[in-house]
Parts: sequence; C-alpha cells; structure tokens
Amino acid sequence: MKRVYMDNAATTALKKEVLDAMMPYLTDIYGNPSSLHTFGQEAHKAVENARHQVAKALNAADDREIIFTGCGTESDNMVLLGIAQRYAKKGKHIITSAVEHHAVLYTCERLEKMGYEVTYLPVDEYGMVTAAQVSEAIRPDTILVSIMFGNNEVGTVMPIKRIGEVCREKGVFFHTDAVQAVGHVHIDVQDMNIDLLSLSAHKFHGPKGVGALYVKKGIVVPALLTGGAQERNKRAGTENVAGIVGLGKAIELACSDIDESSARMTHLRDKLMTGIAGSIPEVKLNGHPTERLPGNVNFSIKYIEGESILLMLDINGIAASSGSACTSGSLDPSHVLLAMGLPHEIAHGSLRLTLGDDTTEEEVDYVLEVLPKVVERLRKMSPLYKG
Amino acid sequence: MYTEKVMDHFSNPRNMGEVEGANGVGMVGNAKCGDIMQMFLKISDDGIIEDVGFKTFGCGAAVATSSMATELIKGKSIDEALTLTNSAVVEALEGLPPAKLHCSVLAEEAVKAAIENYYARKEGRDVECTCADCGHDHEHEHGHDDESEEA
Repeated sequence: MKRVYMDNAATTALKKEVLDAMMPYLTDIYGNPSSLHTFGQEAHKAVENARHQVAKALNAADDREIIFTGCGTESDNMVLLGIAQRYAKKGKHIITSAVEHHAVLYTCERLEKMGYEVTYLPVDEYGMVTAAQVSEAIRPDTILVSIMFGNNEVGTVMPIKRIGEVCREKGVFFHTDAVQAVGHVHIDVQDMNIDLLSLSAHKFHGPKGVGALYVKKGIVVPALLTGGAQERNKRAGTENVAGIVGLGKAIELACSDIDESSARMTHLRDKLMTGIAGSIPEVKLNGHPTERLPGNVNFSIKYIEGESILLMLDINGIAASSGSACTSGSLDPSHVLLAMGLPHEIAHGSLRLTLGDDTTEEEVDYVLEVLPKVVERLRKMSPLYKG
Repeated sequence: MYTEKVMDHFSNPRNMGEVEGANGVGMVGNAKCGDIMQMFLKISDDGIIEDVGFKTFGCGAAVATSSMATELIKGKSIDEALTLTNSAVVEALEGLPPAKLHCSVLAEEAVKAAIENYYARKEGRDVECTCADCGHDHEHEHGHDDESEEA
C-alpha cells in the first residue's frame, strides 16, 4: 500500500547526508569531548564544528552563543526557568502568548506557582499576536517576552522582527521558540532582534534527542543541569556527539537552499489548501492564509471528529495529525484552536497535514484524492450531518 | 493502541445508519465533548429488537462501541437489551484503552435512551431529552428534530 507521511511537524525523516555525517561518531570516533587525549579532542572538534554551523545558520555573532541541549523542550525550560531565577531582582513578570507549545506554557504555570506573574497574550482569529500587544503588556518589572516563531498546530508565523524591536526598545529580553521555523523560514537573530532562541534537530531532518539554545552575548542563563563543565558550564552532561554533529549537518543543509525549498513547499502547501477547500464543503482553514509556515496545512472539517479522520487516513496509508480532544489526551481539544476562538465542536474536527523536504506533488495529489472520500464516509455516519 | 476488533468495527461498522420505521430513537453525548451517539430501534409488538441502527460523531472507539452495541442487541428482547453493560461492549471488542472507556458507557446509555424513548412514545408521554451530561458546563446545543418529527 501507498504510504504518505504528512506529519512533519511531529518529526521529520533523517536525511541520508546527516546520517553519513553522524556515523563516524557512533563508531570509530567515540572519545569524550571533555577528554584531553586525541580520542577526546577529535570529538570535541566535531562538536565545535557543529556549533559553528548552527551559529552561521542563525547569523549569530559568535559561536559561543550556541548551547547544545537535549531537545526543544529543554531549551524552552532552560530559558524560562533560568531567566526567571537570574533576573528575579529586576522583576517577576513574564509575557507569553496563549498559543505557545506546552513546553513554554506548562513551564510558565510552574513559574506562577513559584510566585511569578505571567501575561498570556490572546491571539486573533488567525492565531497571531501583534507587536503592539507586546508593547502594551510590558511593565517595569517584565523580565522576559517569549513568543513562538511559527505555531506548531496552525502554522501561523508571528511578526518576530517587530516584536523583537519592541522588546529591544523597552530593554526586555526576547525569547522565541523557533522549533517549527528553523530550517524552514529565514531566520537572522541579529536582524530580528532575537535574544534567545530554541530549536530542535528532528524538525528539520536531523536526529531526535538533540536541540540547541541561542543566547545572545551578555545574557546569563543559569544551567538547568549541574555537574560537569560541558557547554562552558551551561549544560552539564556528556555531549550527544553524534546527535550534535547531525544537528549541525542538518541545519547547514536546510539553510543552504532555504529559499528554494521553502518556495517548493509553499507551492505544494497552497495546492493542498486550495484542493481541500475546493473539493470538500464546509471546511475552515485554521491559521493565517499567507503568514504561515511553508509546510503547514490545517483545516477544521465540520460534523466529524479528528481522531476518526486520522484513523481512516491511516487505513489509506496517510499519516496526519489532529487537535481533537481524543488525540490530545484530555477532554478539551487543542488550546491553540480554542484560543483562536473556535467552538469546541469545530476544534474537535481539525486535521493537520504537514509537509517535509521529501514531500512530492504526487503525494499531495494522493491526499486530495483520498481525503474527500474519507470525509464523505465519516459524514454519512455522523448524526450532526444533514447533507 | 486499538485492538484488531475495534479497528474492524471502526472500518466496517455494522448496522450504520438510520432505521426505517424506527419506534425508539435515543441520542446521548455532546458535540462539545467530541462524541454523540444516536441509536435507532425497531421494536416488534412482542418486544423484540427487530432492527437497529446507529449514527455516531466521535473517535474510533466511539464508532466501534456503537457498532458493537448494535450487534449485541439485535434480535434480542427489550429486557435482554436493558442488561447490556458497557463492560460487555468492551469485552466483545477485546478491550479499549483506559482513556476510551467512556465511549463504551456512552454506547450503553445510547441503547437505554432509545428504549426509554420507545416506552415514552408507546405511553404517549413527552419525549424527554436524553443527552448525557459529560461534565462540561454548557447548554445542550443539538436539537431533537428527528424524534419530534417521528413522534
């Protein structure tokens, strides 16, 4: 049976070139980067090379502004908990948005329990936060603004550069969770006034279990993990050398042809969006129509429920995702869709299709052929559908 | 996550759709919570469930439990159908993930709601709302057009 992977926001396939770059560090070059001997120094060199690749991809001023972590979640936790701890004397107020990833939202809830105050900026119908909203929310005791670059569910890309400008003017640190954006849209931390940025390798065809955090020179983010002196005392624990090498190679590959690959993916995304809107009645596009990640398509399909759509697509070989309660593991559907003002019953019927570098036009055509049939079948079963 | 039996009933649901001449119709659940089940029964004069059908808005488990519930009560007497429990539905499906057990409860309630509706019609009582409360604080938003038309 045909197998089509349309869940690249969950994770991506490891690129062959990335695996090839990693292989030596899983076999012959097994030294500990902290060791003085040649075995160790070979590994150390590889880690520093990867650091340079990441710094270059983000246009960081200095390689030392990159800290390797275990995942995007760790990077987010490190920023929020670290900045809160280090700058508590200045204030205990943090600003974020209602549509952040749980790695940010749940960490903010932890901080609230520790006595910090968090402002969750509401979003518009497209899931967008404006720079004006951020500006109005900043207070003298605000120590951090954390707004995601691109939303993982609905793909909306925030006005990061303008938000960064506002934060810089007001002297507040600006963090962006760019896990979904790195490798897919052009990012320049200096030009965009970004002080702190989280990323994760497996979202751009790198390996799982490795992420990074960009910390602009002069900002102190205390270590989350203490122990050894790795990552210049910022992140204790023996480095995941092969993973870090893979991250470096993957970001280099993704950013080397970002304009072409982004244009190619945007074309496929738009074909999928137009195709779904044209062939299935009573659907609603979630997220911004144009200001969105090149690989993200998200629709609410009325009268049917998300998990059923996923199962039926899976039977047809298509891997997708949904924001329904049944797939979120709670009674409520996605917090992102609810924050955008969608009623519960519409949010339950959401379908996310996310494209990757390897998605083909033929695969998009296959989804456009299968999805209308799946929807029709489920609607026939639905007591809500009177069509 | 799901057993083969659940996937079988999800992909090939038994007795799906409305039943012509149904004399007992029940609907439970709520769209806001993500599942609604509607059960149609055609009950003979001597109290045998001659035909049964369902319509479900919900996840894979909601569809599979509805389908299985219809199989378990088809051809049975009302009294037998009233003894249907959610655990019997789960057992017949060879298990459900813990988070999906509420779907089996809904299937049991849907059968009971349809039987209640049958009696209500027979006795000429007003047809009451049979929506199950799913714990959310909200108004019931769906109508009962089907019942009122047929009643």
